[in-house]
Amino acid sequence: MKTYDAIVVGAGHNGLTNAAFLAKAGLDVVCVEKNDYIGGASVSRSLYKDWIYSNCSYVCSLLRPEIFRDLELHKHGLQITPFGGSVQFMQNGDYFGSYHDPEVAYREMARFSRKDADAYKRYSADTLRQCRFIRDFLLSTAPDPTSFRPKDILELMHIGGKFREMGENRMYETIRFWTMSVAEYLDEYFETDVIKTALSGSGIIGTALGIHSPGTAYVLLHHYMGEVDGNIGAWGFARGGMGSVARAIAGAFRTYGGELRTDAGVDRIIVRNGKVSGVALENGDEINGRIVVSAMDAKRTFLACMDKKDLPEKFHRRIRNFKTRGSSGKVNIALDGLPTFPALPEGSSLIHGDMHFIDSMERMERAYDDWKNGTWSKDPYVDALIPTLTDPTMAPPGKHFMSCFVQYCPHQIDGRRWTEEEKDAFGETVIDQIANYSPDFKDLVLHMEVRTPQDIEDEIGITEGNIFHGELTMDQLLFNRPVPGFAQYRAPVSGLYLCGSSTHPGGGVMAAPGANAAREILSDLRRPSTVPETFGDD
Amino acid sequence: MNRQEVHQGRLKSPFHSCLEKLDSVNEWHQWSGYSSPNELYCSDTEYFAIRNSTGVFDLTPMTKYRITGPDALGYLNRLVPRDMAKVAPGRVAYTVWCDDNGQVIDDGTIFHLREGEYRLCSQQRHYDWLLESTAGFDVTIAHETEDVAALAVQGPTSFAILSRMGLDGLENLKYFGLAHFDFHGAELLVSRTGFTGDLGYELWIEPGKAEALWDALFDAGKLHGIRAIGTHALELARIEAGFLAAYEDFLPADETVRTGVSRSPLELGLGWLVDFKKPNFNGRRALAREKREGSTWRLVKLDIEGNKVAHASYIFPNSRASGDNIGFVTSAAWSPVCKKNVALGTVKAPHGKPGDTVWVEIYYQREMHWNRRMAKAVVVDKPFWAPARRSATPPGLY
Repeated sequence: MKTYDAIVVGAGHNGLTNAAFLAKAGLDVVCVEKNDYIGGASVSRSLYKDWIYSNCSYVCSLLRPEIFRDLELHKHGLQITPFGGSVQFMQNGDYFGSYHDPEVAYREMARFSRKDADAYKRYSADTLRQCRFIRDFLLSTAPDPTSFRPKDILELMHIGGKFREMGENRMYETIRFWTMSVAEYLDEYFETDVIKTALSGSGIIGTALGIHSPGTAYVLLHHYMGEVDGNIGAWGFARGGMGSVARAIAGAFRTYGGELRTDAGVDRIIVRNGKVSGVALENGDEINGRIVVSAMDAKRTFLACMDKKDLPEKFHRRIRNFKTRGSSGKVNIALDGLPTFPALPEGSSLIHGDMHFIDSMERMERAYDDWKNGTWSKDPYVDALIPTLTDPTMAPPGKHFMSCFVQYCPHQIDGRRWTEEEKDAFGETVIDQIANYSPDFKDLVLHMEVRTPQDIEDEIGITEGNIFHGELTMDQLLFNRPVPGFAQYRAPVSGLYLCGSSTHPGGGVMAAPGANAAREILSDLRRPSTVPETFGDD
Repeated sequence: MNRQEVHQGRLKSPFHSCLEKLDSVNEWHQWSGYSSPNELYCSDTEYFAIRNSTGVFDLTPMTKYRITGPDALGYLNRLVPRDMAKVAPGRVAYTVWCDDNGQVIDDGTIFHLREGEYRLCSQQRHYDWLLESTAGFDVTIAHETEDVAALAVQGPTSFAILSRMGLDGLENLKYFGLAHFDFHGAELLVSRTGFTGDLGYELWIEPGKAEALWDALFDAGKLHGIRAIGTHALELARIEAGFLAAYEDFLPADETVRTGVSRSPLELGLGWLVDFKKPNFNGRRALAREKREGSTWRLVKLDIEGNKVAHASYIFPNSRASGDNIGFVTSAAWSPVCKKNVALGTVKAPHGKPGDTVWVEIYYQREMHWNRRMAKAVVVDKPFWAPARRSATPPGLY
């Protein structure tokens, strides 16, 4: 029976990226995927007539341009088109818009507070400074501060150098920033509730924390540190939906001679004599491999697909306690036409970006209270986008696809599985909230796909449906991700690696974990790295 | 409800219709949200109006704040390093203001309009900073950019023109002084200030009277060579005068991302604005330490050999450009009035003392091809252009 050089488990964007860089290095690689489609949570599927949904992830900014360029993803059909602006609909009939043009954005903010409008540049500079600090480390392995290996020491010195370079005051600010809540951070700049609300959303997306929870300022940064063509913080649509990202990486993988198998869910990672030897599939087949790379989250990898006896006790315990609390849902909607939003003047550009239907920090925090109480937010933070205003390929002309990301939505209801009625009620909550600001909205809904974290777990396989494969809090970042001592993509079993979002630098459609893991694997195999160097950020 | 969105394009100043009538080239740029002309017919002609007769520039988009209240003086003295107690009513002071690290947030002018009533003018907007700085002071800060239309009237015949317009007593107005006049029932504020280093005035009036003021001014100026000018001409004049421009010669410290890219007033050659006799002002502690321990950077005015303009050039201590550069040029121009190749730059101390020689690496293009030249430059102390008429009182009619 054939033995592959490497088996990559999971054909999401990180699994495919890892597989592509290994195949590019000349390894004989097979990537196995449990579903009959690839992409994991970077997926576009047609569930209703000619509509294409971005079923899970829906916008793109974090995808490392170094990887895009190196894998020549443009040749495999990937195009990212930036969009600007967002709008916050308010209960009093007004709205707060953010515009691409800085002067227009200033005027709009000054409509609420001239002080806030002026403070925005200070906020932007301070946030960008934190971004620059972290961006440099995205395409590198997090150094282990305890190892004293020359490589780790050099990387730590690099980080230390960048830190010291900031100067005394900014060093203090940075340390504060990493542990602050997003609400506290915004309070240092702004006085207007709706402006703070608009900016706070990025601090809680995908996170089982509220805007007042420590650590959420970092989550804001995680959503700000991406770029489109060098514009840091900009977001874009992948033409054809987010599935285009996975399809393009898969295209590159195949170009390098890689083999992709769908309908091939892994039941067990096989360990013989303390070393991995392959995987056993759910259909009973076995595949032999010299190494196994898991793009599954850390819990699914070690708790669901491995024998506990093969893992160190403390490691096992730590993985068990790795926080993967699901907190985000998704409602994807096929629309018969473009909904109207009477609060906005006709022809406003604001519907081309993110739309939010929540206007106060109080409501943001209350939305979290519902989640803590074991249910979905009755007045949620919805991040709604109509990609078809930009992308002509996802719906028939004149028709639209609306993607609604919903925070908060629990993995289970009161500790048990969701019922169909509850799922419907969750979908209705979102529809109702939007309809409050768009009277014709309900009549335009042709079809909707409601996805709770439970559904995401059932279908994609992500534990508790946590979109980041583990929360982005300081105790689970950098050399602590997923657990201390095992943050450099190597599992405690010889030949087994992790390459998913449970590893540094974490979640989002970034592809950096997959690439970083490939670099480490190739180093273990004493092969030259195929993974590109970071562009740097000076 | 069909509310209007905030204005999506560029704003028009109250003088826009007047500018548009004179405009023949349609070259505009955005300044603080407003349309502002790069040039109106020919920037060379416009420049020579400043130096030879009178150029009129619409400076309405400049940021303006009104500062009033019982603690206005105390507030300003806390805000800026300069001693504002020495600025009497009817006087204008150029100053900078700094953050706690002694780094310059912006420069601008503070008008002491009447006892206890001030106007602060600056390139950038600072409402956030000004309001945050009011803690402990009984003071009111009002944004008044849109409420005040303003014109710079600059050049040797500017006094003659304004006199002809009927501003009696203007001859007594000293350099950096201000005076109030009546214009068609509105208050016209005239200050003897400007960005050209020449004889000149700035006029400030309510927007409703802007067009009437323009007409009266141009009527009076007909026989004195009055011309409307755009930013290109003004930029050349301000480099000759050795004035700094935010975003060119320094960056507002609160907007910088990288460390070491902001500048202190001492590093910008503005140590004369810093009054350490004052017990407390923003940045005092950091500036006192810098004064003790030495500055990192020094602003230089360069008189460069030859006639190739040193745009964005690296500065070296020697002609071979070997080793590290010591700084770079931030503004450069061929000065038509001085017939000199001039520049402002920033170099690492201790380089750049007045009288020092440095070398600039100039790249210039001729018929598509690029050439490089190392040019010797002497660090000079004084502005390149500072004619006696700028400050003579009474001013001449020329």
